Parts: sequence; structure tokens; C-alpha cells
Amino acid sequence: MLELKVQKEILVRFQSLLALLLMVVIFSVCAEGFFSKDNFWLVLRQVSVNTCLSVGMTLVILTGGIDLSVGSILALSGAIMAGLFKNGLEFPVFNLFIGFTLPGAVMAGLTVGSFLGFFNGLMITRFKIPPFVATLAMLTIARGLTELWTGGAAITGLGKTFGYLGTGWFLGVPIQVWTCAAIVAIVLVVLKKTRFGRYVYAVGGNERAAKLSGLNVNRIKLLVYTIAGALAAVGGLIVTSKLNSATPTAGDGYELDSIAAVVIGGTSLSGGKGSVLGTILGALIIGVLNSGLIILRVPPFWQKVIKGFVILLAVAIDKLNTKEQ
Amino acid sequence: MYIMDQSKTNNIVLQAKSISKTFGGIKALDGVNLEVYKGQVNAIVGENGAGKSTLMKVLTGIHQQYDGQIILDGHIITFANPKEAQKNGIAIIHQELNLIPYLSVAENVFLGREFISRLGLIDYKRMYGETRKLLERLDLHINPRIKVSSLRIGQQQIVEIAHALSLDTRIVIMDEPTSAISEHEIKVLFDLIRSLKTQGVAIVYITHKLDELFQIADSVTVLRDGKLVGSSSIEDVTHDDIVRMMVGRDIKDFFVKADAAKSEEVFSVRDMCLAHPRRHGDYVVDHVSFTVKAGEVLGLFGLMGAGRTELLETIFGLHPKISSGYIFLNGRQVKVNSPTDAINLGIGFITEDRKLEGLVLQMSVASSISLASLEQTERFGLLSATLETQLAQNYVERLRIKTPSVKQIVENLSGGNQQKVIIAKWLATNPRILLLDEPTRGIDVNAKNEIYRLVSELTQAGLAIVMVSSELPEIMAIADRIIVLSEGKQTAEFTLSQATEELIMKAAIPKSFVLQHSSTL
Repeated sequence: MLELKVQKEILVRFQSLLALLLMVVIFSVCAEGFFSKDNFWLVLRQVSVNTCLSVGMTLVILTGGIDLSVGSILALSGAIMAGLFKNGLEFPVFNLFIGFTLPGAVMAGLTVGSFLGFFNGLMITRFKIPPFVATLAMLTIARGLTELWTGGAAITGLGKTFGYLGTGWFLGVPIQVWTCAAIVAIVLVVLKKTRFGRYVYAVGGNERAAKLSGLNVNRIKLLVYTIAGALAAVGGLIVTSKLNSATPTAGDGYELDSIAAVVIGGTSLSGGKGSVLGTILGALIIGVLNSGLIILRVPPFWQKVIKGFVILLAVAIDKLNTKEQ
Repeated sequence: MYIMDQSKTNNIVLQAKSISKTFGGIKALDGVNLEVYKGQVNAIVGENGAGKSTLMKVLTGIHQQYDGQIILDGHIITFANPKEAQKNGIAIIHQELNLIPYLSVAENVFLGREFISRLGLIDYKRMYGETRKLLERLDLHINPRIKVSSLRIGQQQIVEIAHALSLDTRIVIMDEPTSAISEHEIKVLFDLIRSLKTQGVAIVYITHKLDELFQIADSVTVLRDGKLVGSSSIEDVTHDDIVRMMVGRDIKDFFVKADAAKSEEVFSVRDMCLAHPRRHGDYVVDHVSFTVKAGEVLGLFGLMGAGRTELLETIFGLHPKISSGYIFLNGRQVKVNSPTDAINLGIGFITEDRKLEGLVLQMSVASSISLASLEQTERFGLLSATLETQLAQNYVERLRIKTPSVKQIVENLSGGNQQKVIIAKWLATNPRILLLDEPTRGIDVNAKNEIYRLVSELTQAGLAIVMVSSELPEIMAIADRIIVLSEGKQTAEFTLSQATEELIMKAAIPKSFVLQHSSTL
């Protein structure tokens, strides 16, 4: 009996991993071409953007918040990088022109993304606007700014170097997968091994108790939303570089995929409970599902329906297990 | 074992026979018998973990799997769910009330059973009328249209009782009904219970406070470790008998604190004020001043709403914008604008509500202990699990925290051990002053005594302690000096030799209470 219980515990603990493996096995059998080296890297490359966003989203959700603006911030940051790199900044009034190198343009885009995240945090901590509302507003604001900046048309022709980040390989692994892995590694260490990481869990678990224990709750939240913005900008860099162009509609709806990844990964929307590793599994599950359904030629509309049900299933299983305990 | 009077058996409405209930191999209830009599207050006492809550959950249909029988009006009965128990006339009033704050009193009383008019709309006129009738029966004269959120806790409790009565309840289970209400509200509640008795309602009354038993109970049943220790009519037992049955050994008199050497004044506040958040010009804390010496326990006594908690919160920097006053540490004036400031100055604050304010429940024991002083578990800028475990292990041993390991989730600990974890968290910050707000609320007798011993040890080590308590025997046993608050004002100060229960209570009762006494709340 004890053995059974232990087995069950392991089953519960690794349920996302098992679900992922199960999906891989099923698609490998059913979908011809799924289990191949090419498709392996394709899936990982597609997952890397969502992983960037989802890692930031995990931090936000761990504090008990939500960030709906990451898709729009991704678009604006990408557009700024592309626009500055290609056209520079012109101030006709002062007869001034500033040109940007690639690193300069990327830095500028990352700064804008971080700032918008910081602005989210400021609204949430200073003016006590609920995260849902504050970031919903930012979703519209950043999207509008993107359209203004691009004039509603894609910024294209960015050259080979810009594209390298999104299409290049290093030591047999796509650059974007390296980027994503580095981010994951850093955030993992931060969450497990730094005071800030511990405080993120404390704030989400019980904000009042955290405050009474002397934690600067506002500063922690501010930082978390800033990081989410910065990681969205990294996502913007990858997307822009991959397509070698910045479109005003880039990243549309990505916030939902990233929330889905976090939720499938077992992080509680009420905060305080969850992990980045779970989120990565969540992102992989979504990625594998996308890929498998495409190879099986499931019509795109049906893909959405199926994806929705997978989210429900994942959370329902999770809830059933916690209820038993 | 005490034997029940056989002549009363006719009046038994509810009977539990050798009820056993097992959770994951551990017996929460082991062959417990209980008899509930019509028109009586049937008290159940026992330490935390004695099985009281589990027994109530069996009786109210929350747990459906158990061994043994429930007999209602002479018939064996099983409840498939709580609703069935309700239909059979059994209602429970939980410690945490189950009302919806933004609905009116009437809407709460008839929630899910609203009267519908012929047009298919809610018949408010009838609902208000019926509610008013019910409330009158309970001697609560409030408008059934007002929102529950604007009522005091004691009034809300009565609304819950009204809800129970509206269901034709014959057995009302009350789980620690006096834990959150003022002395005055307790009196009103007891009057109400007495009147329910005469109406033939059976009351099952769960409590920690033994003094209450002798005021209100007709019989008492004692549980310990899931087993029935004994039942008796209240006239046949003494306070000490019950305590002995609860803890299973003879207890000495109330805890006696060792006297610590009191040296110089370390901490004082002068003219602490906290403005009322809504009523302009009104104060929740009104010019309070006191001093504490190292090794001394200053007791703060006051009834609900006296501003005790708010005073501690103000000192701890939780209301910087609406408070004023001066805080001195070792004679030097200091500024406390946030909890962080307070902690840096060596002030710790053990809050009244463990679950809402003290702990992050899903954290481990180790993480909970290190939370307020995490920097000391850092090595090369990164958290070290080894250092954290050492820190936690040290306090687990020192405070005798009962936990399988420091990795245990703190939510799974008993109330007393959770409280010790919180104390450990503050001791880890190396405080010089500890503010304790009702540190023994809702924990069992043994755990209480351990907390007292701990407080005593801390004063020996030279800490200055400010302790809020609403239990008179407790504050008189622990404190060296006592300050009494009433309606935000400091109304008296006693040294231990001057203090008597009567004097303290007299100083604590607000003037407004005396005027509008009894029946109306």
C-alpha cells in the first residue's frame, strides 16, 4: 500500500513530464515526420519565444499578478529595434540624426520593454490598479505605439546580421534556443538561490505576512513586472530577427499562450506556488501539440479548440490531485 | 469515567455511537460516543487535535465515511452531504462566519431560498418581514436591509444563528463562538443561548475557554487524542477536573513566570496617535504613552475595539501616514515609517492572526523561520540551504517545535507549533523588543504553557516584551505591569501587585457600553 502511494506521488509530481512524453510518443507514431531531427529543432525554436514570455509570466503570476501586455510589448520592442537599426532617429527640428548600431538598437528595444514593464509595476503598486486592468491597458497602449512607430506597415530588410540571432546556429544549436536556455538558467538560480526569488514566493503566498516580515512588497512587484517587460523585449528580438522584419501585429495573442504555459506547468494563479521548470514543460507541451496537429493537418480552427481543451484538462487533473491531498 | 443520568435519556435528540474516523492510517476519532440533549447546552472540550472538529464534520455530513452510528430521534441516519444534515435540523456556526458581506442581512438569511413573487421576482417585502421576525426572536434589533459588512462580528454571528433557525434547526453546533467577540457581545450571546434552550433547541458548544462552561453549559464532554475521556453534567465537575481530563495529568496552578532582572528602560513611546481612517478628527489610538525595561513584560489589556492591535501596528510602522507620536530606543528618538525600519531597529511583531498575517502557509518551516532575516542564510550572495537548515534546526530545537523536519510545509503544523515558528522567525532577527498580539489565541493548553515559558525565557535573556491579551488570568500571570486601553485611550496602569481582575475590567469597559446594556447589541 505504501509502495502504491509513493508511486502515485511520483506520478503526480511528474505529471506534466509524463503528459509531454506521452504526447511525443503518440505524435511519433501517428504523425509522419514528427519524430525527426529537423522537427525537434523546429519545435524548440518555436517554443523559445513563448518560453521567454512565460518565464517572465511565471514570476508575475507567482506574486499573484498577471501580465496581459507581454505580446504588445514584444511587438513594440521588436519594432523599435528594427526601426532604430534601419532608419535611426531623426529630429528634423534640431536638424539632428542619430544612427544605431545593432547592439545599440537592441539595447534601446530592451530598455523600452523594461520601461513599459516598470510602468505596469508602477501603476499596480503606486495607484493600486489591479494587475489585470493595468496590463490590459498596457496591451492597448503598447500595440497603439507599435502601430504609430511602424506607420502600420512592417519594417523589413534588416540585413543578414540582424537575422543571425533568429536563424543562426551555434555549436549545433539554434541561437534563440541558447538565448532562451540562458534566460531559464538565470531565472532558475534567481528564484531558488536569491532573496529576491524567495520574496517572490512570499509576496504571492501571503502579501500581508510578507509586508509584516519587513519585505518591500512594492519593490518586489515593480521588479517582477520590469523583468516580464524585459523578457518580452527579448521575445521581440527573437521574433523580429527570425522574420527579418518587424510587423505591427507581431506577438498578437502571445500573452494567452504564455499564461497557458504557466498554468499547464502547475503554477497557481493565486500566487505563491509554482516553478519555472513546470512552465517550461507547459511551453513544450503547447509547442509539441502545435507541431503534431500541424503535421497531422488538423485545420487551424480545430487546433485552437483542441489547445483549449488541453489547458482545461491539465488544470483539472492538477486540481483533482490537490483536492485528494 | 463519569456516568450520565439515565432519566434524561428521553430528551436525547442526537446520539453518536462509537464513531471512528481514520485519515491516512491515523485515528482522528476512536470509538467516540456523544449524547445531545434537547433544550440543553452540550459542551465539548478538548485540546487542538482532540477530534472535536472531526466529530462535528461527521455529525454535519461533511465526512460521510466513518465507523459507528448516528442516531437522530431514535433512528439510525446517514447524511450523504451537509445539506441533508441541514434538512434534518442540524446546523453548524463555524468560527469563521459564512456570510456574504455585501448582501443584506435578509438576503443572507434566505440565501438560496428566496421568496419568489408571482412575477418570478424576489419578494423582498416578505423576506424582510420574515427576517425581522427571526431577529426579534433573537433580540437583535437591526434593519434587515443593511449590509452584513456593516455589522459587528457579534451581530454577524447572530445573523448566522437566525439563518440556522430559519431552517427549522433543532440542533445548533457552535464552534468557539466567543473567540472573536467582545466581552459584552459574549453576554448577549449567552442570553440568546439561554433563550434558545427554553425554545427546546439543543446546542452543541465547542470551546477552549473553560470559564464559559460554568456560565452556560449543562453538560460537558471531554475528548483527548480522538478518544472520549468522559461526559458529565456540569454540576458534578470542577474547573480543575476538566483541565485534568483534557491534558491527562494533574496540572499545577496557572503558569508562574520566573522573575527576570529588569534593568534600564530600553523602549518607550510617547503620545502615539492613530487617526480613524474614515471618521475625521476621531482617533483609533489616542495619545498612548508607555515605557518598557529590558527583561520586562508590559501587558496591554483592552476589549475588542480598544485599539490594542492598532497601537502595536502603529509602533511597527504600518500606518505611517495617519499616525503621530514619538518612539524612543535606549533614550534616543527613532523614526519608524515601515516594518523594515522597525525590524532594523530590533523590533519584532507577532501578529494576532497567524494564518492571515503571520505565515506564508505553503512555505516550509525553514523558509518561514528565515523569512524576516534571509540575509543571514546567504553565502557569496546566494541562499545557502545548509545555512538555512542550520538556522531553522536551531530554533526548532530551542523552541521545541514539533515537526517531522524543517522541510515540512508550515500549514500542516498544529496551531501552537505554527505560533512557535512565527516566534522563531522574529527571534532570528535578533530583536530587542517583541510586540506580541494575543500570542496564545486558539492554541491548546499545553502549547499555551509552552508559549508562557518561552516569554519568560526571553525576558531572562533581556528582551523587552509588550504583550496584548484579552484573557485576564493570562495577562495577570505574564505581565509585570499592565496598561489598560479603552476606546483608544489609556485608562489605567497597574503594577502587578495593584492589579485585580475587577479593577482591570472596570478600566477596560468603555463608557458607551454601560449605557446601552444587554438586549440590544
